[in-house]
Amino acid sequence: MKNLKILLVDDEVEFVTTLAERLRLREFQTEISADGEEALNLFDASVFDVIVLDVFMPGMSGFDVLKELKKRSSNIPVILLTGHGATEEGVEGMSLGAFDYLMKPIDIEELTEKINAAVKGNK
Amino acid sequence: MNNKKWGERLSKRFLQSTGDKDSPLHYQTLRRNITILMLLVTIIPLIFMAVINYLEYKSNLKSEIINPISILTNKTVHSIELYMEERLSTIRSIASFYSFEDLSDEKTLSRIYRVLKKEFTGFVDLGIIDENGMQISYSGPYELLNKDYLQQIWFQEVSIKGSYISDVFLGYRQFPHIAIAVQQFEPDGHAWILRATIDTDKLDNIIAAMGLDPESDAFLVSGEGILQTHSKFCGNVLEHCKLNIPMGSYRSQLIEEKNILGKDVLIAIKHFAKQDFALVVVKPKSVILKSWYALQGEMLLIFIISISIIIVVVLKVSNMLVKKIREADERRELAFRELEHSQKLSSIGRLAAGVAHEINNPMAIINEKAGLIKDLYQNTSDSEKTIKLIKIADSIIGAVGRCRNITHRLLGFAKRFDIELEMLSLNDVIIEVMGFLDKEALFRKIDIQLDIDEDLPRIFSDKGQIQQVFLNILSNSMSAVKDGGKIIIRSWDEDVSRVGASIKDNGCGMSKETLAHIFEPFFTTKKEYGTGLGLPITYGIVKKLGGDLIVKSNENEGTDFTIYFLKKSKTE
Repeated sequence: MKNLKILLVDDEVEFVTTLAERLRLREFQTEISADGEEALNLFDASVFDVIVLDVFMPGMSGFDVLKELKKRSSNIPVILLTGHGATEEGVEGMSLGAFDYLMKPIDIEELTEKINAAVKGNK
Repeated sequence: MNNKKWGERLSKRFLQSTGDKDSPLHYQTLRRNITILMLLVTIIPLIFMAVINYLEYKSNLKSEIINPISILTNKTVHSIELYMEERLSTIRSIASFYSFEDLSDEKTLSRIYRVLKKEFTGFVDLGIIDENGMQISYSGPYELLNKDYLQQIWFQEVSIKGSYISDVFLGYRQFPHIAIAVQQFEPDGHAWILRATIDTDKLDNIIAAMGLDPESDAFLVSGEGILQTHSKFCGNVLEHCKLNIPMGSYRSQLIEEKNILGKDVLIAIKHFAKQDFALVVVKPKSVILKSWYALQGEMLLIFIISISIIIVVVLKVSNMLVKKIREADERRELAFRELEHSQKLSSIGRLAAGVAHEINNPMAIINEKAGLIKDLYQNTSDSEKTIKLIKIADSIIGAVGRCRNITHRLLGFAKRFDIELEMLSLNDVIIEVMGFLDKEALFRKIDIQLDIDEDLPRIFSDKGQIQQVFLNILSNSMSAVKDGGKIIIRSWDEDVSRVGASIKDNGCGMSKETLAHIFEPFFTTKKEYGTGLGLPITYGIVKKLGGDLIVKSNENEGTDFTIYFLKKSKTE
C-alpha cells in the first residue's frame, strides 16, 4: 500500500519536515503544514488518505482541527501525535473521532503500521 | 462573663499541659488533670450534700428523740401530782366530814382507816394530832400512839399553811414514807391535825410505768437534792443525789446533756408545781441515739461506696477519654503526614511533567533526525564508515527511547488519575499482568508460581490502576531475582471489607535504609534504568483506592510485597 497521500500537521517545523522526508523514503506522498488553519485549507484543496495531526499547537489545536474535519462530515482517518497529557489526550482524541494516537517521540515503523491500518480500516 | 473567663482559664490550666504533645508525659499529665478535675467536681458537691444531710438529720432526729422523753417526763410528773393531790383531798375531806371527837375515837378512826386502805392504795396509817403535837389517836401497823410531833418541821409547817405534803422521810418507823397532814379547827377555836402517811412504793410504780430501758434511770429528787425514790445510778432513797440537779428558782422543765457517770447522758428534769420536787430522767445518749448512730453508719457506708464508685468511674472514664484523644491525635498526625507526602509528590510531579513536556519536542526532533540519517544510509554502502554511522544513529535512537520512557513515566506520575470503578476479579488482573511478563520470565527461566484463591470475591475497583500496581511490583520483583529465581503470587480473602495479594521473590532483597526510602519519588537503586517513580506511583494508587501496601524485605533473602484492596473502593 504505497503512494498514500499523507497530510502532516505540526508546529515543530524541524520535526515535521524530517518526518515527511522519512515517510517519503518509505514511498508515501506527503504534504506538511505548520498550523491548523493552513492544514484545513490544504485539506479542502486536495485529497489525502491519512492526516497525522499534532495535538498541542499554538492557535488551532489538533482537537480543533479534528472538530472542523468532522463538521465537514469528512471521515478521513486521523492519527494524533500527543506530547503531554499522553493517554488522556489520546483517549479524548479517539472520542472526537481520531483513528489512533501515538506518543512523541514516535517510532517511524509504528507510525507506518498505523497509517496502513487506518487506510485499511477506512476502506 | 467573668465566670466564662474563669472556666476557660481553669480548663486551660488543667486540660492543656505544657509538655510536648507527642511525649507520653503529655497524656499522663492530661489524664491526671482530667481525673483531678472530675473528682473535684463530683466529690465536692457530694461531700457538701453529705454534711448538710448529716446536720439536718441530726437536728431533726434529736428533736424527735428528745420530745417523747420530755413528754413522758411531764406525764409522769402529772400522774404523781394527781396521785398526791388525790390523797391530800381525801384526807381533807375526812377532816371536814368528821369532828375532832369522832376521830379521837379509836373505833371510828380505825373504821375510816380500813375504808381508806380498801378504796385507796398507798395509805399506810392515819392519826390525829392535837395542837400540842401529841398523837392522840392512831390507826396503822406501827406503835405510834402518843408520839410527840411538836418539834417536827412538818408540824410547824402544817400549822402555818393548813395542809402539808412532806418529802420522803424515815421518821419514827425507820421506813421511807410521805406524810400528808391537814389542819382543822373546832368551833371552839382549838386546832387539830389529821395526818396520814403514804408509802413510796406507789411512786416507784408510777416511775416504773414509764417503761424505760434498763440503761436509763428515773427518780424523784427533793429541792435539797435528796433522792425521794430509788435510783439505779444516783444512790438510794434519802441519799444525796450524785447528780447535781439544778433546783430552787428553776421551776421549769430542763433538758441537759452532760458527760457524767462515765458516759454521755441526756437529762430531763420536770419540777413539780406545788412541791419542791423534781422528776429526773437520765438516759444514756447511746440508747437514745441508737437509731441515729445506725443511720450515721449507713450514711457513712453509702458515702464511702459512692466515693469509691466515683473514683473507679472517673479513673475509667479519664483513661478512656485520654486514650480517645491520643488516638485522635495520632490519626490526625498520620493524616497530616500523608497529606504532606501526597502534596510533595504532586508538586514534584507537576514540575517533572513540565520538564518532560518541554523535553519531548526536541527529543522528537532528535529522534526523527537520527532516524533520517539511518534511513538515508541504510543499504547504501557497506563501507565501514556507513556502518558506523548507522550504529551511531541507532544508539541515538536508543537513547531517545530511554528518554521517552522517562518522560512518559514522569507524565504518568504527574497526571491526576481518574478512577473508573467496575466489578472485577483480582485473579484475572493478576493473570493478565503476568501475560505481559511471560516472555521475559521464560527467557530468564524465572519460576512464577500462582497460588490464588479460586473463590476470591469480585471487587469493585479500577482495573487499569490495579494492573499498574501489579505491573510495577512484578517488574521490581523480576529485576530483583536472578535468572532462574522464583516468584510466588498469592491472593486471598482477607476480611469482610478487604482482599489481599502478595508477591514474594527470592531475589536480592533490600537493606533497611533502602526499605525506608522506596516510596520516595526519584529514589532508585537501578541507577541507569530506573526513574525512581514506579513504587511511589504504586503506593499512591493503592492509597487512593483505599488499600494498603506493606513491604517486608531482608537483604539477600528476598522481598515480600503485600497489597490490600478494598472490596468496594472509595470513589475519591
